[in-house]
Amino acid sequence: MINTQAAKTIYKYEMLRAWNTIMQSFVSPIISTVLYFVVFGSAIGSRIETVEGVSYGAFIVPGLVMLALLTQSVANASFGIYFPRFTGTIYEVLSAPISFVEILLGYVGAAATKSFIIGMIILATSGFFVELNITHPFWMLGFLILTCISFSLLGFIIGLWADNFEKLQLIPMLVITPLVFLGGSFYTIDMLPPVWQTVSLFNPVVYLVSGFRWSFYEVADVGVGISLLMVLLFTAICLAIIWWIFKTGYRLKQ
Amino acid sequence: MDMNPIISVAGLSKVYGNGHRALHDITLNIHSGEVLALLGPNGAGKTTLISIICGIVNPSEGSVTVSGYDIEQDYRITRAMIGLVPQELTLPSFDTVWHTVCFSRGLFGKEPDPTYLEQLLRDLSLWDKKDSAIRTLSGGMKRRVLIAKALSHQPLVLFLDEPTAGVDVELRKGMWNLVAGLKKLGVTIILTTHYIEEAEAIADRVGVIHKSELLVIDDQQALKHKLGKRQMTIELEQPIASVPHSLSGWSLELSGEGRQLVYTYDSHSEHTGISGLLDAVNSTGLLLKDVSTSQSSLEDIFISLVGTE
Repeated sequence: MINTQAAKTIYKYEMLRAWNTIMQSFVSPIISTVLYFVVFGSAIGSRIETVEGVSYGAFIVPGLVMLALLTQSVANASFGIYFPRFTGTIYEVLSAPISFVEILLGYVGAAATKSFIIGMIILATSGFFVELNITHPFWMLGFLILTCISFSLLGFIIGLWADNFEKLQLIPMLVITPLVFLGGSFYTIDMLPPVWQTVSLFNPVVYLVSGFRWSFYEVADVGVGISLLMVLLFTAICLAIIWWIFKTGYRLKQ
Repeated sequence: MDMNPIISVAGLSKVYGNGHRALHDITLNIHSGEVLALLGPNGAGKTTLISIICGIVNPSEGSVTVSGYDIEQDYRITRAMIGLVPQELTLPSFDTVWHTVCFSRGLFGKEPDPTYLEQLLRDLSLWDKKDSAIRTLSGGMKRRVLIAKALSHQPLVLFLDEPTAGVDVELRKGMWNLVAGLKKLGVTIILTTHYIEEAEAIADRVGVIHKSELLVIDDQQALKHKLGKRQMTIELEQPIASVPHSLSGWSLELSGEGRQLVYTYDSHSEHTGISGLLDAVNSTGLLLKDVSTSQSSLEDIFISLVGTE
């Protein structure tokens, strides 16, 4: 039986933390996205006509939303669980009558919610710069939510694994950012040389961006079904790792 | 002996990942409603024992039950019964007192109860600080916030890990009063300490942990009875060079520069030999100035068990 009161308590606590640091939580990702629009959408985009029939400014919107979503999900979720480990207050969560399910619902749920809100705000902001056309709104929301959850799970794993602040920054900097930039956020995969097209297929972000972009313009690098399958697979792998961490007490109870 | 212990630890061992053996084959029962002090030098394994019972550290071997429930299989039941006050002042420094206490209660799955929490904060003299950020509080207050968090879900068992380490005398007395108050309410209290006078002042029973092992656990009085000794000191008017031959049957020690005869005896045996000794001393013609007796303190016993390192 799930201790809903406990899950709710962690969730509310984490959401309140975001609210108390609203500048960091919501305003800064929005500002950086606006900068991307100015640089890529307006300055560079004005020299590029269209990509697969979509104006370049509009083409990069799904990629920009994904970029913010991925970095914010990982950052929020990793910090949310790393900080109590760092300060020692994690003892309370570990000694509470709850399992990893409540802990996930609370911490990952809150991190995913924050990213979702950021994603929606960025989407709304981009409406000021380009004309948005969302062909499949339910698919769009589905990809948005799944991405928030799966990358918050990944962030949670990083937050459990890291044993100092450097490591906490390492994965987002060395792995997430390159994956996002090389994941077709600002281009389609077929613009790349054939070798890099094949390499790109090993990048999970390609499937996310592709599926998400399809829900807007019906333009995709890979089939939308495959995109969905890959996101679900990625989520399942993250869940399995977290289950193992809590089962063995790795970095928590050893 | 104890038919219904609230906590029962059996054959508990812990070896950490780095090979450090923190606990070795600990077996003990904790009675409902008692105050148990676990004494031991730093690094003896006290905190590891507490951490395992509370679910913070996984045991390597052995089992623990709380009210008959296994701490691993029935962790939702056992943990709900336990409150823990850790040794370090680990608190979310940016939260307010009220916020963190409400968080603790919710985390343990309890519905909000502002009336109870208000009374709790009042009892701990924290009510006027309820809206203060924790980082602005003194060390003593932070310690009390930790206690308030641990009591926020109304546990049956409270663990206090070194509650008075680095706390001044007045606050220490306050802590002892608090423990006495909780005991009256029926809360079982287990505290670790390396202050022997603290154990002596508030504990019903005392356990001594040294180098990962539980050396002894018993009532204070029984401990003194079993492991302590009584001594009678006879002070002489004039110093003597050696113990007279006629007193050799009592194995006396000469101390105080020849002015004291010290007789160690078992006060519980049939014949303590005191009157015979006094008669014999009289018959040697030595003039007595004073006679006093003393009982080993818990500290003497502790030092005899763990050494003076």
